[in-house]
Amino acid sequence: MRRLRSRLTPYLLILPGGMWLIVFFALPLIFLISMSLQTGDVTNGFSLTWHWQNYLTGISQYRGQFIRSLLYGAAATGLCIVLSYPTAYWIAFRGGARKTMYLFLILLPFFVSFVLRTISWQYILGDNGLLLGPLKSAGILPPGFRVLATSAAVIGGLTYNYLPFMVLPIYVALERIDGRVVEAAYDLYASKVEAFRKIILPLSLPGVFAGVLLNFVPVASDYVNAQLLGGPNNTMIGNVIQDQYLNLQNYPIGAALSFTLMAILLVGIFLYAKALGSENVLEAAAQ
Amino acid sequence: MISTVLDSPQPAGPGTPQLPAGRGKRRTGDRLLHIYTWLVIIWLALPIAGVLLFSFNNPHGKFNYAWVGFTLKWWGPKLFQYPSLTHAMLNSILVGLLATALATTLGTLVGLALGKYRFRGQGSLNLVQFAAISAPEIVLGSSLLTYFITLGIPLGVVTIVIAHTAFCVSFVAITVRARALTLDPFIEEAARDLGAGPWTTFRIVTLPMIWPGVMSGALLALALSIDDFITTNFVAGQVQTYPLFIWGASREGLPPQVNVMGSIIFLGGVALAVLSSVRSRRSRT
Amino acid sequence: MTEQTPENAPGNPALLRGMTQRRYGRRDVLRLGGIAAAGLGLAACGVAGAGKKVSLTQAQRIAAAYWPKQHQHGVVNFANWPLYIDPDHETLKMFTQQTGINVHYSEVIQDDPSWFAKIDPIIRSGQPIGYDVMVVTDGFEFSDLVALQELTPLDQSMLKNFHKHAAPKFQRRSFDPGNTYSIPWASGSTGIAWNPKYVSGPITSINELWNPKYKGHVGMMSDIQEIGNFGLIKLGIDPESSTEADWRKAAQALKEQRQAGIVRQYYDQSYISALTQGNIWITMAWSGDIFQQNISAGTNLQFAVPQEGGNIWTDNMMIPKHAQNPVDAMKLMDWFYKPEIAALLTEGINYITAVPDARQIITTDAARAAGSKATTLQQVANSSLVWPSAETYRRLYNYVSVSGAHVDAYKSIFEPVVAG
Repeated sequence: MRRLRSRLTPYLLILPGGMWLIVFFALPLIFLISMSLQTGDVTNGFSLTWHWQNYLTGISQYRGQFIRSLLYGAAATGLCIVLSYPTAYWIAFRGGARKTMYLFLILLPFFVSFVLRTISWQYILGDNGLLLGPLKSAGILPPGFRVLATSAAVIGGLTYNYLPFMVLPIYVALERIDGRVVEAAYDLYASKVEAFRKIILPLSLPGVFAGVLLNFVPVASDYVNAQLLGGPNNTMIGNVIQDQYLNLQNYPIGAALSFTLMAILLVGIFLYAKALGSENVLEAAAQ
Repeated sequence: MISTVLDSPQPAGPGTPQLPAGRGKRRTGDRLLHIYTWLVIIWLALPIAGVLLFSFNNPHGKFNYAWVGFTLKWWGPKLFQYPSLTHAMLNSILVGLLATALATTLGTLVGLALGKYRFRGQGSLNLVQFAAISAPEIVLGSSLLTYFITLGIPLGVVTIVIAHTAFCVSFVAITVRARALTLDPFIEEAARDLGAGPWTTFRIVTLPMIWPGVMSGALLALALSIDDFITTNFVAGQVQTYPLFIWGASREGLPPQVNVMGSIIFLGGVALAVLSSVRSRRSRT
Repeated sequence: MTEQTPENAPGNPALLRGMTQRRYGRRDVLRLGGIAAAGLGLAACGVAGAGKKVSLTQAQRIAAAYWPKQHQHGVVNFANWPLYIDPDHETLKMFTQQTGINVHYSEVIQDDPSWFAKIDPIIRSGQPIGYDVMVVTDGFEFSDLVALQELTPLDQSMLKNFHKHAAPKFQRRSFDPGNTYSIPWASGSTGIAWNPKYVSGPITSINELWNPKYKGHVGMMSDIQEIGNFGLIKLGIDPESSTEADWRKAAQALKEQRQAGIVRQYYDQSYISALTQGNIWITMAWSGDIFQQNISAGTNLQFAVPQEGGNIWTDNMMIPKHAQNPVDAMKLMDWFYKPEIAALLTEGINYITAVPDARQIITTDAARAAGSKATTLQQVANSSLVWPSAETYRRLYNYVSVSGAHVDAYKSIFEPVVAG
């Protein structure tokens, strides 16, 4: 009796949570796929017609936004690496007793609402805002100069909002490096650069890769930054999906675009995992 | 991740990766890195400082983007001047608490199962969880909206709680699983040998052992829920949460009360984080 | 994570479990695929449409059956656009004093498409939207609301002030025959607003919105009916008699404007915020907004209807289906047609009123007032924006009027200009 109960225990344990995920995560995705193959409009209703055309229409019409999302994603992720790596490096190796405090400071922005942070940037970067206003009054900048509604502003915002997702994995990977290995390198007459290049960098790469994974997906699918900081030529696929769903009620096209975005990202993740060996990806994600 | 980092003990002993302090050239490099790090920290803090600062501003109309004068009045009873904002804030708290309670309960059970047992379907479950965590929010939101509309489920607080629970469960599960992996099964067996039933064993032995994981998971879920915007935007219908209010009101101008509430959440979160790390350090000594 | 604890010690059963657990494999993916296929069957259901069309007589019958069962509750929830009146405006206070009904006023409508997209799913699922009176413009969304039967037909017997005081042309609106579902709130024109700090005025031509001099600082509206008209007007085409070929040309002109980077953003009501902050210097705008903004924020923005033409529209009050306080809603709606109330409203919002008698009252008020208030009231009493002459009306065009399949064509042509 006890053996049967203990055999069943794991299944009973995962039942409520698993059911929740199936009913409110997996099933909706199925419905999404179904909606992407429907036609119709709000007045006359939608019905399943296996209208694969939705995908072709969506992708061809908004091809620019797809490409832009991937480009902005790559740019922001790259910038995140450039900003995070030295910072994480310094905190891990030179932070000393105050490591936790520094990390805490890096995570601080996350305690303010995401939308509020981005709007704050909108005010700071406004044409006559806190940053440009004084510069323009002093005559340093021409009155027409602007930062908002450019791709730079959007990429900047994306980098800002998703930086912690890159800093933490890199920090964790760097912190794990056994100091004795580095010391051994120095004992073998390695210069600081060589020690970095041959020992520290390779050991920290799993952290970088995990960071890229955790960073690229939300960045490429974001729309808040593009909406608040960008102009009509900086829109990302997230903006289009949001628009189709919430303003135009064009659910089939919205669903087709949404599914395509997810497919592109999933394919990317699996190719990425293949390149690294799948163990790393799941382990890193689990952290 | 956040909690494990904050809870990590102060480094000591041979495992510590400290580079040997070096000669002049090395020192300059270190100093540059030091400055670089501080620049990044300052850049990160800029908008926060802006939010805090402008909660003390005294603007003319609705536009709180230029400094006019210092005032404390928004931090007093005037904080509740806009019923829709107060309502939105209360909704955020309500949804946060409900979703956290649900997600923590469900997630703890799942995490426990994944950490302690081996069973068939484990792989599928891991796959689904990985998908739930890495799926872009816009896909979560749009699929849930499609789902609710097709099934005719009215959008509101209930649908928001459902959505938040759905994406928080996996985070809690993973946090608890990490903790559950370290469980020593012999202790539980010992309890059972001493006559404890399964529920008692769970309550007195297992739960306390995984409690830090449960708490981190719960805190993470709460943070994710209160701050969630993209998914909530899709499934909220007419209901407003705090982030949704900000989004809507930003077209016209954010009243300073928004800054005050944002600052309060900020300070609250900071206090919680500091408290939990102090407590965990104390419990270790 | 760097602890050298028993966790990392070899032989720890927990560690072994973690290390040897199978991650995921082919079988799991197949299993999930099976569940997916089952779900697909469920998901094959679509979304129901509107149902049958309702004729005017049918609507009257619905009204006749509905209203006798309704009672006054003492509260009314009013959803409106920003920059009309304040929640504590005199007109609302006086209403409460007279009738004892409390008014909860919310400025939640930013533009018609997004408002419609918000309330449609709610009304569809049989829920009240939380508002008893809402204000929607005479465009696609209004037609959709009627077609989808998402409005409550009005109780004509409670519209005494409306029938007595509203000008004939406002009682015979082509988009709502018999005033079955709505009565006008205010009428207005869409023109160009600019900030004299950056733009040397006065602006007279619609082509200024396409002027590369203002690259990156031009605002256009996100409502496709508004910009569609402007595109047509720019090309010298009369919107009210335009064809699909004309629409394509107009859309092309608008796309060029966007691609050249001239447009800063497509705005709903929020253009006013961007204009005030100086992010845009010249923009499409609604006539009364500038007046309101100058008063409340102390700005010095200017407005004009271009020589080539502008848009004219009517915002209308209506009662959504499943409204919880319909009787109170009717009373509030008719209240605004008392001439002295209409005058107060117009003095505040500077938009075209449906009540001609209001003009005399405003002139009298202006004579009785003093100082800057007198000047403001004088301006309102004499403004060609509030009391357009026949000549002005000639320059103002209604939205392109389409129905049925043409609506889809119009949307598919103009939505890509703004979308995304």
